Amino acid sequence: MIRLSAITRVFRMGDQEVRALNSISIDIASGEYVSIMGPSGSGKSTLLNVIGLLDQPDSGRYELDGRDVTGLSETERARVRREKIGFVFQSFHLVPRLTAAENIALPLMLEGVAPTERKARVDAALDAFDLGDRARHRPAELSGGQRQRVAIARATILRPTALLADEPTGNLDHRIGAEVMELLEGLHHAGTTLIVVTHDRELGARAHRHIAMRDGEIVADEK
Amino acid sequence: MNLRDTLTLSLQTVVSYRTRSLLIVLAMALGVAAVVVLTALGDGARRYVVGQFSSLGTNLVFVLPGRAETSGGFPGAALGQTPRDLTLEDARFVGHLPQVRRLAPLNVGVAELTSGGRLREVTVLGSTAELLPIRHMKLSQGSFLAHGSERSAQIVLGSTLAREFFPDGEAVGRRIRLGDSRFLVSGVLAPQGEAMGFNSDEIALIPIDYAQELFNTQSLFRILIEARSRTDIEPARDAIRHLLKRRHDGEEDVTVITQDAILATFDRILRALTLGVAGIAAISLAVAGILVMNVMLVAVAQRTPEIGLLKALGAPAADIRRLFFAEALWLSLAGAAIGYALGNAGAWMIRLAYPQLPAWPPDWASVAGVATALLTGIVASLLPAARAARLDPVLALSGK
Repeated sequence: MIRLSAITRVFRMGDQEVRALNSISIDIASGEYVSIMGPSGSGKSTLLNVIGLLDQPDSGRYELDGRDVTGLSETERARVRREKIGFVFQSFHLVPRLTAAENIALPLMLEGVAPTERKARVDAALDAFDLGDRARHRPAELSGGQRQRVAIARATILRPTALLADEPTGNLDHRIGAEVMELLEGLHHAGTTLIVVTHDRELGARAHRHIAMRDGEIVADEK
Repeated sequence: MNLRDTLTLSLQTVVSYRTRSLLIVLAMALGVAAVVVLTALGDGARRYVVGQFSSLGTNLVFVLPGRAETSGGFPGAALGQTPRDLTLEDARFVGHLPQVRRLAPLNVGVAELTSGGRLREVTVLGSTAELLPIRHMKLSQGSFLAHGSERSAQIVLGSTLAREFFPDGEAVGRRIRLGDSRFLVSGVLAPQGEAMGFNSDEIALIPIDYAQELFNTQSLFRILIEARSRTDIEPARDAIRHLLKRRHDGEEDVTVITQDAILATFDRILRALTLGVAGIAAISLAVAGILVMNVMLVAVAQRTPEIGLLKALGAPAADIRRLFFAEALWLSLAGAAIGYALGNAGAWMIRLAYPQLPAWPPDWASVAGVATALLTGIVASLLPAARAARLDPVLALSGK
């Protein structure tokens, strides 16, 4: 359950103030599939970052699963991110030095999961995302689709309640993009809240709830 | 993230940036190696000098004519008096002191040694038979001023001289000319090599009376005294000073120094030298530390998106700080270890090249070198690590 009340985020660019989010209020229930659409600079990525606790609003209140997370310290926010949020990025953000398996294991490492259990969970994830034969490959040796699958496996390894995807297919061709979306939607069917930021209409239309943004404000919210 | 994962992950990073890591490890290693090698040299020189000086004899006290101290002018100088000679008679009295085991008066000069058409200038030591045990010299052939022959014209040749003048090896019993007098070769010194820049293989030894006649002097160059034991050294020095002052009409016109005091001075000077050299070498370690800091700062800039990712995955600032900290630690640790090995290899090569120089790095220097390397590495990583930990996740993810 994500509840934003009057969230405002202001950026200063020189002597100009840009309201990236202007008093946004939305509720997203657990298990929802939401797309956030809008032109560049509409504030959709900032909204995603605030929901993912990467960015802090200047004012407003944010409740995640019934807990006020607005004023948390950096360490506490890191903990909430680790336990409840999974990120999927347009550019994958895999660590180039680490193998696919090691990339997937990163959140488990941060969480302090013991190596034996870690290995079992990573192996299971590799199988689930059809990466079994790519475990020891580095990102440079993987195709775009495989990279994003590794990134999704990493984002979901700690079973987050919400999966936040920012243009997840932006760097993939149409067919691979569709496969990745099916994968994400599969996770949604398994109960995960899925929030996709995109300016691809076709992609946005697949969601069950469509939020449209412009100039830091929500201009449409349809189911 | 637990300690083991932090160390593993940072080691993986260090290994994957191979060239960068190698260069910085090399810089660190050279610094540590410099400390180890230079202190090995310095301390080797100290041990060499101290060892050489100790080999001169044990529990030695030296008496020199004239005052070496510079506390104002010589008292008699204003009255036009010269310092009194240090005479054989003085030496005889000193020999009666209870703290003195034995003594050898000494005159030194240069004279021409001739025999069978060969001619050579040699350093001549005039002394008594006691000189040999005091100076730890040994004869390979014959004897020196055996009992009853104190006043005969005998000469003992250093081993090199004996070989040069009597290539057949039959030196004892032959005659040789020194200056204007003829001497009977009574013995040959065992080869001893150089000590304190003085090669005892190329000297000639004659009785003190003949030496004083040869060099036309009444004054001794030195009196070498061996105290009965280590604890007798200080009392012996005081007693000698007191005795000679009385014999010289109440004027302290001789200098009495102990071997221990000279040794201690050498030891102090060379230790200070070693420390100074170590300090200079340590500067290169500080430079290596700055290099570590620079490389780590570049690493933070290079891996900004990665730091953003770790934050997005839920890594707290402390984890990120520790990762970069551990990375610098690995670099300095490898540098220190390799430098220590390199330094010891260098010291070993010096010992091979100069076997007489005991060039072993002192323990304190090895510890200090390695510790300084680790410390500078750690200190140098603090700023970059803090900077990485402070990065804003959103900006970091986009590489800004």
